[in-house]
Amino acid sequence: MTDVAIRADKLSKRYKIGARQNRHDTLRDQVVNSMKSLFSRNGHGASRETRSSMACAQASDSAGPRSSSINHSDHIWALKDVSFEVKHGEVVGFIGRNGAGKSTLLKILSRITQPTTGRAEISGRVVSLLEVGTGFHPELTGRENIYLNGAILGMKKWEIATKFDEIVAFSEIEKFIDTPVKRYSSGMYVRLAFAVAAHLEPEILIVDEVLAVGDIAFQKKCLGKINQVARDGRTVLLVTHNTDSAATLCNRAVLLKAGHVVLSGPSGQVISQYLAEIMQKEKDKAFRNCERTGNGKILIRSFHLESPNGQVLNTAKTGSPAVFVFGFENCVCQPSDKISLGFSIHDRRGYGLLNYYSHFSGVSYENLPAKGHFKCLLPELPLAPGEYNLMCRAVSISGQTTVQEVDWPHVFVPISVTNGDFFGTGVHLASEGPLLIKGEWSMGALADQPAIETAVSGLV
Amino acid sequence: MTRVALTEVTSEPGVVIEPPRGVFHLDVKSIWQYRVLLYFLIWRDLKVRYKQTVIGIGWAIIQPLVSMLIFTVIFGYFAKLPSDGLPYPIFAYTALLPWNYFASALHRCSVSIVGDAHLVTKVYFPRLILPIAGTISGLVDFSISFILLIGMMLWYGVFPTWSALTIPIFLMFALGTALAIGLWLAALNVRYRDVGYTIPFLVQVWMFLSPIVYPVTIIPEKYQLLYRLNPMVGVIEGFRWALLGKGNPSPWLMAVSAAVISVFFAAGLLFFKKMEQTFADIV
Repeated sequence: MTDVAIRADKLSKRYKIGARQNRHDTLRDQVVNSMKSLFSRNGHGASRETRSSMACAQASDSAGPRSSSINHSDHIWALKDVSFEVKHGEVVGFIGRNGAGKSTLLKILSRITQPTTGRAEISGRVVSLLEVGTGFHPELTGRENIYLNGAILGMKKWEIATKFDEIVAFSEIEKFIDTPVKRYSSGMYVRLAFAVAAHLEPEILIVDEVLAVGDIAFQKKCLGKINQVARDGRTVLLVTHNTDSAATLCNRAVLLKAGHVVLSGPSGQVISQYLAEIMQKEKDKAFRNCERTGNGKILIRSFHLESPNGQVLNTAKTGSPAVFVFGFENCVCQPSDKISLGFSIHDRRGYGLLNYYSHFSGVSYENLPAKGHFKCLLPELPLAPGEYNLMCRAVSISGQTTVQEVDWPHVFVPISVTNGDFFGTGVHLASEGPLLIKGEWSMGALADQPAIETAVSGLV
Repeated sequence: MTRVALTEVTSEPGVVIEPPRGVFHLDVKSIWQYRVLLYFLIWRDLKVRYKQTVIGIGWAIIQPLVSMLIFTVIFGYFAKLPSDGLPYPIFAYTALLPWNYFASALHRCSVSIVGDAHLVTKVYFPRLILPIAGTISGLVDFSISFILLIGMMLWYGVFPTWSALTIPIFLMFALGTALAIGLWLAALNVRYRDVGYTIPFLVQVWMFLSPIVYPVTIIPEKYQLLYRLNPMVGVIEGFRWALLGKGNPSPWLMAVSAAVISVFFAAGLLFFKKMEQTFADIV
């Protein structure tokens, strides 16, 4: 056995979109065509088409509904030139949004479907779990399904027989083992299915999204099992949306986007980039599609957090300086209009925590450029670690009173705040309420009062 | 494109995954490797087939029995079709045995891929296992309805000779025919569900083109050769000859059947293997 368990070299997979709409082609035509291609050596003339659709794919990269590459001949590259290597004993997570090509990749690696171009080499016995309970038959009993499912997953009959008791014990359904699985609750069904899968002994395990099943206790058990497989020095390929489990299980992660590998490296690093991208995209989208009220003289177009030196932040840190940046577009603002920008911060459920307009601090803006941004520096962010929502609004003011609402995008922008040293004393707070304050403490003594008073006031 | 952890190793890969090639490659070895799965799929078919029925496996007898009774009344009694001098019930039943097996095997084979679509899209195994399992699992029903034939033979005082030992050969012909045509239909069915609707119709027409309710001898001499291109003619004639001692499946006629089956089987296999590559994508 060599060092490399899986080597993928420029794997690509093209799908025909709406292949099923070709139904009105007559069956006869199709038979004739298939016969033709059956006897021509290179079935689809793949290489020629490949080149032309690649060119188009690049041109229309951002336009596709799956943000994948689409060309005029209704083909989609679910996967394009994906290369990577996985060594024996590595646990590699594949992450990416829906339609990024994760599942297609796993299907190719588990030999369910073939790549259009490219090549992969796998050394070792592969078991792929693209779903739990594949091939379970509702009419058969739990016992019978263990054997059937085991065989489908590539176990030998004696292997299943020797592990049978263990499987049943793991699934915690001893009592119902001779009941047809159609009478099982969905939880029991999934437990039994995972139990079979968990007792496979592959050298390479390919898992797709199966962690999202069962109750929390059972999910933990499953994660533990996968962890154990990994610790036994076996190779695991895991596809998941769940970045938490990817982070805990995997040494390495590969980020896929529109069928391409965009990043590969230590899982922590890849996952944080992935999350950052998702968040930014969601924020931008939020301002584009939201409902608005106000006279629309200016429009708030974006929001992000920055550090004082201008670096974009994905998360803010408790007690650290944070700059709130609001991008705007000036539509029909008169130079004389005085604009005040404000924002409110809400907890996860939308409950308002604070509300702050620039004119509270005596600041308003005139002579707005066509496009620009407002920035607000909070020297010490007074929010406890957690998830918050931000909402912003622009108003025109006269003196200290609001004259008119200019723009109010009805949208919550999520902000996450991580733990930091707010007090400068190393005290870290968790779940103690969302807002933090600090003040200057002092103590004095009143000569004619009993000393006990001080202690009581200290408690308040 | 990012390439990670470049390591130069001369590896001995277990599996190489590549785009489909035009070259025909029949992977018999992998079918053998997956024989456990073949066994379990057949086993599943048998387990499930008569679940939650009252009569259970009795259906394997009732179905041909009822057909036989109807044929006897309509074709034997009213229409007075000739039956080579044999009692009509046993004449018809002997033909119905291989025919029912063939018809059900053809059906199971044709719907095998679509019926197990959830397997095809989630697990790798040689896809040929599914149609093969479909044709084999019907043999159990065949054996059970065969018991009734033995009873009828005793009743009518027809005693088999050594030629009865050739039955497996004719049965293999029926299996071969079912698989040869079934492979085509199974592959086509993945793309065109029309196939599912065509099968009952096809089976019905085919039945009347086979000597089930009538003897081979009523076909005029000049059409005999054409008629015998239907491999089921040889199978049914073979059954009657082997069990009842009537008719004459000459070796060269069986050779014609064998040739027809082989051609369809080889082409079907080729077609199936070609289509197989897209099963998981379009099923």
